[in-house]
Amino acid sequence: MKKEEAKVIIDIRNMYKIYEMGSEEVHALDGVNLQIREHEFVAIIGPSGSGKSTLMNMIGCLDTPTSGEYILDGISIENYTENELAHIRNVKIGFIFQQFNLFRRLTALENVEMPAKYNRVPVEERRARAVEALKMVGLGERIYHRPTELSGGQQQRVAIARSLVNKPPILLADEPTGNLDSKSGEEIMKMMHQLHSEGNTIILITHDNDIAEEADRVVRIFDGRIHEDKQKGAK
Amino acid sequence: MVYTEAFISAVKAIWAHKMRSFLTMLGIIIGIFSVTALISVAQGTTASVTSSIESMGSNLLTINIMDRRTSLDAKDIEAISELEGVGMVSPYVQSTYTLRSSISTMEDISTYGVNADYTKIVEYTLATGRELTDEDSDKRMRVAVLGSEVATELYNTADAAIGQEISIGGTRFTVVGVLESEGTSSSGNEDEMILIPFSTAQRMMKNTDISSIYASATSSDTVELAQENIEDYLYQVSGSEDNYMVFNQSEVLESLEGVTGTLTMMLGGIAAISLLVGGIGIMNIMLVSVTERTREIGIQKAIGATRKDILTQFLIEAILVSGLGGLLGLGLAYVSTGPLGSVLDMTVEIESWVVIVSIGFSLAVGIVFGIYPAIRASKLNPIDALRYE
Repeated sequence: MKKEEAKVIIDIRNMYKIYEMGSEEVHALDGVNLQIREHEFVAIIGPSGSGKSTLMNMIGCLDTPTSGEYILDGISIENYTENELAHIRNVKIGFIFQQFNLFRRLTALENVEMPAKYNRVPVEERRARAVEALKMVGLGERIYHRPTELSGGQQQRVAIARSLVNKPPILLADEPTGNLDSKSGEEIMKMMHQLHSEGNTIILITHDNDIAEEADRVVRIFDGRIHEDKQKGAK
Repeated sequence: MVYTEAFISAVKAIWAHKMRSFLTMLGIIIGIFSVTALISVAQGTTASVTSSIESMGSNLLTINIMDRRTSLDAKDIEAISELEGVGMVSPYVQSTYTLRSSISTMEDISTYGVNADYTKIVEYTLATGRELTDEDSDKRMRVAVLGSEVATELYNTADAAIGQEISIGGTRFTVVGVLESEGTSSSGNEDEMILIPFSTAQRMMKNTDISSIYASATSSDTVELAQENIEDYLYQVSGSEDNYMVFNQSEVLESLEGVTGTLTMMLGGIAAISLLVGGIGIMNIMLVSVTERTREIGIQKAIGATRKDILTQFLIEAILVSGLGGLLGLGLAYVSTGPLGSVLDMTVEIESWVVIVSIGFSLAVGIVFGIYPAIRASKLNPIDALRYE
């Protein structure tokens, strides 16, 4: 099986995240073990408060666990400084948010360029890459439009282009269709499939079963624990 | 390159909030304007006083006898004029009189009793007629040389005054000369005074003592030598160092520069307080801006911005606001020097060191008051910032 041979790109071992709320301890993550291999398309599904957002923050290196280990693309995240984590976020992970999170003052092109800017890519190369990424998501004609001049679906496609510009191995999408009408949502999901077929590792966070079912593998999380981890086709 | 881009994005951010940015800048604009304008006015004052003192002749020595019992007479004047290094000597007495001509009257005009050398010592120039002579003094002639304003007020023109009668405190004199306009100096308006022979004045003022003397050194190199010789002579005559004072112009200038220096510092200091207030305004707005842009900062961090990237961005914005404010303030000061100068009747010039200091100051204000908001922005936790609505 080819998939078994692909290397593990995300390796979470016995991870805990404990918040202290007054005198109470809240276990947002309660001993999570999760391995994701390269080129996988994984959906992480759970109701709100299940710990899926916390897990996403951990995968995205936005947060650090209370205990446990996280090895991302062969690098243990432990003991990294904030600046080093910023760099890892920059080159290893492409973020796609529910709210798109584009900068309203900037054009689509400038928005897409941004991660490359933080990666100190020279201006011309950065511009070329951003244009290429925008063409890939079908917005080659609208590179100078501002987010307010674009539809929700188009905005999300700009955000996808932004997540691709540094060519990160992992795309981390948090409810990417949550703010879109069903037609635009379908387009975005089609794009996710296309990106997957082009070799990207895709991790999709959602609370929507129909969306989750589009992935090859569905991980269900509840009360900070993984309840089910199911490959498509295998019952 | 990184900084160029941070600079461009700072310009965009400032432009996006034009009104707010301008109001923030206003504090710095006013601060830099007042510092620059006040220092320049103080400098202008110093320059005009200095030049009027220098116009009196840099070789000038002023001698004051402080002791009533020490009485100098014509022999002493003669003796002083023969001391080594000393050029010309003129005693003088001064009082104020009402002047009358057939046309007009002037009250409280300074009247100086001086000898022939006086106009040369203080470097006055004759416009028309003749100067006072030794003969005038010897014979107690009732002749007068007028300052330019006195001549125009009493006789309309300088030329018309020559040969005319003038009543000085009720005594009739003949006008023999008129001086060129000399302007205002530390000793008052030099165009609104008259000169009469020393001996004539002594009799009019019923004052036979010589207590004030102007002398000149033979050259600027002999000023100190002349001063020492005069002091030695006066010591022999009066018997105590406390009985006389001899000043040269550089001493007068020095003490004056001390005063105007303090004045400059004080005015600059007061204006600097407004700069401080402007700086606090910048900090305030930058803090508001950081809060407003919390979510933006979260996104930036999520897609790979480091603390340094965020810090640089906000700091450059603060420096740009205050630097731009500084430039505008400076521009305003430049524009206002003309009107200020004509209102205050002096040349107000902004010296280059003032320009450099005020630009440096405004940039420093940006750094000092921008650093705290910038640090705060850079330390935001990306998760909290992303969640912020």
